[in-house]
Order: sequence, then structure tokens, then C-alpha cells
Amino acid sequence: MVASECGDRTYLLDLLKEPVLDVQEFFLLAGRALKNIFRRPHYGDDIILQMDAIGVGSLPVVVMIGCFSGVVMALQMSRALAQYGQVGKTGTLVSLTLVRELGPVLTAIMVAGRNSTGMASELGSMKVTEQIDAMRALGTDPIQKLVTPRVIATCVMLPLLTIIADFVGMVGGFMIAKFVLSIESRQYWTSVWRALEWNDVTQGLLKPLVFALVVSLMGCYHGLRTTGGTQGVGKSTTQAMVAATVLIFVLDVLITKVFVSQGGS
Amino acid sequence: MAAETPAVLRFENVTVSFDGDVALRDISFAAFEGESRIILGAAGSGKTVLLKTAMGLTKPESGKVFVFGQDISTMPEKRLFDIRGKIGMLFQESALFDSLNIAENVAYPLLNQPSIQCPAAEVMPRVKRTLEFVELGETLEKFPSELSGGMRRRAAIARAVVTEPPLQMYDSPTAGLDPITAHTIMALLIKERDVSQATTLLVTHRYQDGNLMANFRYNSEQGALEPVRNGAQQKSRTTFMVMKEGRLVFESDQDAIESSKDPYIGKFVKQRV
Repeated sequence: MVASECGDRTYLLDLLKEPVLDVQEFFLLAGRALKNIFRRPHYGDDIILQMDAIGVGSLPVVVMIGCFSGVVMALQMSRALAQYGQVGKTGTLVSLTLVRELGPVLTAIMVAGRNSTGMASELGSMKVTEQIDAMRALGTDPIQKLVTPRVIATCVMLPLLTIIADFVGMVGGFMIAKFVLSIESRQYWTSVWRALEWNDVTQGLLKPLVFALVVSLMGCYHGLRTTGGTQGVGKSTTQAMVAATVLIFVLDVLITKVFVSQGGS
Repeated sequence: MAAETPAVLRFENVTVSFDGDVALRDISFAAFEGESRIILGAAGSGKTVLLKTAMGLTKPESGKVFVFGQDISTMPEKRLFDIRGKIGMLFQESALFDSLNIAENVAYPLLNQPSIQCPAAEVMPRVKRTLEFVELGETLEKFPSELSGGMRRRAAIARAVVTEPPLQMYDSPTAGLDPITAHTIMALLIKERDVSQATTLLVTHRYQDGNLMANFRYNSEQGALEPVRNGAQQKSRTTFMVMKEGRLVFESDQDAIESSKDPYIGKFVKQRV
């Protein structure tokens, strides 16, 4: 009687403890990965390799997404603005939405889809084939060699990709403005430029930096804790993608809240 | 005997468990310099965990592990690297790095092991020498995925011994290989043992591997194995250990294991060819 009662209770307790343990392990990994940035040995080659995979590799998809979101925003906003007879302000709205929200979030989600999953499956395969253990056995800290370069590379590349996506989006909006809405190009670009304040630019660059940490660390964390063969690799890949995407949106809300209460506009 | 020559590897009441599942239960033994230990056991009996614990890859829940006289059970990872430089380990699935070619794989410990200072000019000659030792001199540029299972195993052996470690551990070196390839691998391990005089731990589920290790030695003149049955075998003592469900159930020499009445132990010995 006592045994079964205890069993139930420990089962419930374990159920509660598990997420707490997950969070703790995630922050331990994050802490060690970030501490390693300032520690030797540095694996420069790996950083360059990852930058190529994350930055250059994601460029086509980020350009496409950026362009089409700019086009769509211009189309939608012009319709809404037409009600107030303010179609000329399309540039302002495209610029603000892109720089504040769409650029950072869409780019981060694209990179999460491409690279969080990539990292999770790559590190996961290494984990299940004992390559991570072999790495430790042969004198390398897997966090230093695998996680830190990925974090650094993502933190450098994601803001750059976001800037590119923002710009391409503005160009997309411009095409609609010029050819569909017949707004003069000078008027469009002036309104785009004037709309942006420091507040927008800082949050537009802070967000990708935070998202980069989420994308890279989630990928690596789920990869490194993979167990259970190839099936486990598939599972961690999915988990990495889901966790990264959800966290991107949650953090987006938090950061936006901070900037809204600060900026006033 | 322990007082005179310190053990290369010593387990003292070591218990290891993962999420409540006990993998090793109160294991104690000591391996001395130049000794060969054959660790037999069914799948899941804790053989691999034993080797990983000896290397500090898994931490014991209780008990102590001494490697070269140092207690590694509480050592931080940074300091473990010095000890690991003196241990060569062959992993069960070879664990070669897929992203590196064979030469880079074998060079990896020379370049990355903090305790090993190998001048840059010497890396490639040593890699070549070791790969020739395992008869893979032609595959420097190939990637692990382009090699057969036996060749991968040999490349992994090369990576484990390239630093000439005084303690060598092999996790199921013959698992999943055909008998001829398995024999080649065993001949290689015996050759390595006799050339380097290293302490060797061999995990296997095939008794004949242990039998080869105990009764054959490498003849460097003929370049082949030769039997040393009942001979003066002082130099390379061989001890058999049998594991069952995380427990060490047997530890003695070959005569004792062959005359053992225990049905579990008998199962391993009888499958001998």
C-alpha cells in the first residue's frame, strides 16, 4: 500500500522535476558555451565554417522571405491606409514593421528551421555514434569545439542576415509602391528613412542577437542530449525546431514590451 | 603486491547508475603494468560503462577510480585531459569523426591532446607510421564512410594508439566483423600490446578473443602470431573478468575460467572454437 502510494508520488514529482532539470541543464550549457568565448583554445576554422553554413547558406531563403514580406506588407498596408487617404505613408509602415518585427522574427525562424535543426541532427548523430565521447577522450571539450563556434557564428550572422532581409523587404515594398500604388520613389524612400528612430534600430538589432543565442543554443542543447539511436536524432531535431520557434516568439514579446514602454511611439 | 607497484588502473567499490538504472554495482579490481585483462559479459552487463568510467567519461555515483595513482572520480574535466592523454580507447562503433578524413582522424589526438606536445613536423610521419602499423597506409585521404567496417575499426585502433599510451582499452574490437577480419584485428591488438608493452583492457563477448590474447604473442621476426601456451609468460599476464548485470562475477586466470562450473561463465567459454 505504502509502496504504490510512494510510487505515484515520486512519479508526479519526477514529472515536475524534469522541466526544471531541463532548464537548469540548458543554462549550464549556455553558461559554459559563453564562458568559452573568452578561453583558449579557439577554433577559428570552425567559426568560419559555421558562418559560411549559417550566413551564406541562409542568404537565398532570407532574401526571398524578406522580399515577399515587404511586398505583402506594402499591399496590405496601402489598402488599410487608403481608407484614411494616406497611401503615401506606405513606406513608413513597411519600414517600421520590417525593422521592428518581421525582419528579425522571420529571419530568426528561417535560420531556426535551417540551422537549429541542422545543429541538433549533426550533434545528435555525433552523440549516438560516440563521437562526442571520443572527442572528450581525445582531449577536446565538445562545448568548446562544437557549441561555442556555432553560438559565435550565429550571433554574428543573424543580425547581418536581418539587416539584409530588412533592406530587401524595403525594396520589395518599393516595387509595389512604384508600380502598383504609383508613389514616387523619392517620397517612398524618404518616408522609409524618416520613419526609423534609434529605438527601432536598436530593437531591430538587439532582437536578432537574442534570437541567435536561442537558435544556436537550442540546436546544440537538443543535439547534445540525444539518446536512443537514429530515432532519438529525429526527435531532438524536431524538439530543437519547436523550442527555438516558440522561444523566439516569447522573447519577441518581452523585448518589444521593453522597447514600447521606453520609446513612447 | 599493490604496495610495490602502483596499479595502472584501480576500481574501488565503484557504482555507476543512469537515472536510477544501476549499470555498475560495487566493482573493485586493479590492473597492473603490462597486464592484459579480458572483460567478458553479455550485452548490457556494463562492460562499456566500465571502460567509460575508467576514462572519466562517466562519473561513478560512489566509489573511487584511480588511474596512474590519481583519483579521477572527482576530478574536474579540465584536469582529466592530462590523464586521458595516457589512455588509448577504441570505441565500440569506432567513433571516427565523419567530417575528417582518416589521416586527420589519426592526427586528432596528436594535435588536440593538451598533455601531448607533438612538433608539427612530426605529426604526419607519426600518423603514416601508425596507419602502416594497422595496414592502412593507402587510405590517408579517405573518409570514414568510404571504408569497410574492418578498415574503420583498424583506423580507430590507429587513432587510439598513435600517442603510444601506456594504458589501452578496446571496446568490443571484433563485434560485428566476419571471423577472418576479427582475427586480423585481434592479431593487430596483440602486436600492439607486445610492441608497446602497454596495459591492455579488452572488452568482448567472444571467448576466443581472450584466448588469443592470453596464449599468443607477436613474433616481430616472422611478423605473425605464435603460441606461448604454458610457456614463461611472466611478462604478459592475462586475467579474465566476467561481468553479469553490472556485477563482477569472476576474476582469475585462464585455467580457472575454463574449469569454472558456473553456467553463466561456462556459456562464454564453451562457445570457444
